[in-house]
Amino acid sequence: MNAIANLGRIFLSALERLGRAGLFLAETAAGTVTLVRRFPLVMQQVYAVGVLTLLIILVSGLFVGMVLGLQGYNTLVRFGAEDSLGLLVALSLVRELGPVVTALLFAGRAGSALTAEIGLMKATEQIAGMEMMAVDPVKRVIAPRLVAGIIAMPLLAALFSAIGVLGGHLVGVGLLGVDAGAFWSQMQSGVDFQEDIMSGVLKSLVFGVVCTWIAVFEGYDAVPTSEGVATATNHTVVYSSLAVLAIDFIMTSLLLTEV
Amino acid sequence: MNRKTLELWVGLFVAAGLLAIAMLAFKVGNLATADVLNAYVVKARFDNVGGLKAKSPVTMAGVRIGRVSGISFDNGKYQAVVTMAIDGRYQKIPADSSASILTSGLLGEQYVGFEPGGDERFLKDGDELMITQSALVLEKMIGQFLFGKASETPTNKK
Repeated sequence: MNAIANLGRIFLSALERLGRAGLFLAETAAGTVTLVRRFPLVMQQVYAVGVLTLLIILVSGLFVGMVLGLQGYNTLVRFGAEDSLGLLVALSLVRELGPVVTALLFAGRAGSALTAEIGLMKATEQIAGMEMMAVDPVKRVIAPRLVAGIIAMPLLAALFSAIGVLGGHLVGVGLLGVDAGAFWSQMQSGVDFQEDIMSGVLKSLVFGVVCTWIAVFEGYDAVPTSEGVATATNHTVVYSSLAVLAIDFIMTSLLLTEV
Repeated sequence: MNRKTLELWVGLFVAAGLLAIAMLAFKVGNLATADVLNAYVVKARFDNVGGLKAKSPVTMAGVRIGRVSGISFDNGKYQAVVTMAIDGRYQKIPADSSASILTSGLLGEQYVGFEPGGDERFLKDGDELMITQSALVLEKMIGQFLFGKASETPTNKK
């Protein structure tokens, strides 16, 4: 009996938290209106979540592209189809790996930092202080971070894919001797702008909303102790990664019309 | 960090990101080649289109002159009707040109290849190509080859 009541309690509290997160997102979205006048705040956050994440994105993108080049070549060469290497690398990056890996890295690098920052602001009562001074912390602290995350994610994903294709080119053409003309021309004839590239951009846009939303909510909702902030940061990374992978599956099945 | 440096970095980041999207669109994707300008539409009937798809290229002498805009099935003649958008720059294609479905490379993608005819009149919007050659279906070819082999072995033994 107790176990069933426990289950009910956990379910209800999870549901309540989800509801609070939804209301929080709506409040933040309403708060973004005032950002037109406070654009420097957004800029500062784009620097924090975008520019500072750039290095890890570029290095990972390069290596993912190079590994795709190596692995793809080894499989394709068995069928004498190594000319399609460019297509394989570009499609896997643009459609899947670019948005997804970027979102996972973003959650680990920028999301956790956002949660820790906001959680510590709460723990050190800076947020309460703002409220005392009649400054709305959602408008002043949360909204610029959400907007910055949504701006930064598609750009980071595009950079990841672009540098990955270059990495694949480096290994495929430079190291393994695939013909450069075939590499690019097969890629161009196989990658569709609307269906492949724009669907990747759309995915990364959604991931940007979800990852940043989870990060700022976890921070804002954290138990204001050092332990609470640690748990919240941990939750941000875990929940963001799970959400990204689940949403990726759903979006892929909706976007892939030609199965 | 002072304001100017921060703005510079953010500006660089946004510019690099937009550049990456542009590179994906033009260098990786087909945005540069997909557009067929001032296109006019011609049709052709094939007994079998094989693996031809919408957006497959239409070429003449190996140069891309248009793309397949649609494939439908004619229920009366049991044939596939392929609609092709041809670039408006290429107006002087003889009306009796023939279309065949070809494959680039051994297992590559399929495309429509035009062979010029000798007619004085040129293809116009809505015209239909009369002479067509269907796609080669690999299974049929292998089947024919095996049948050919099977029927010729007894004569060799005599």
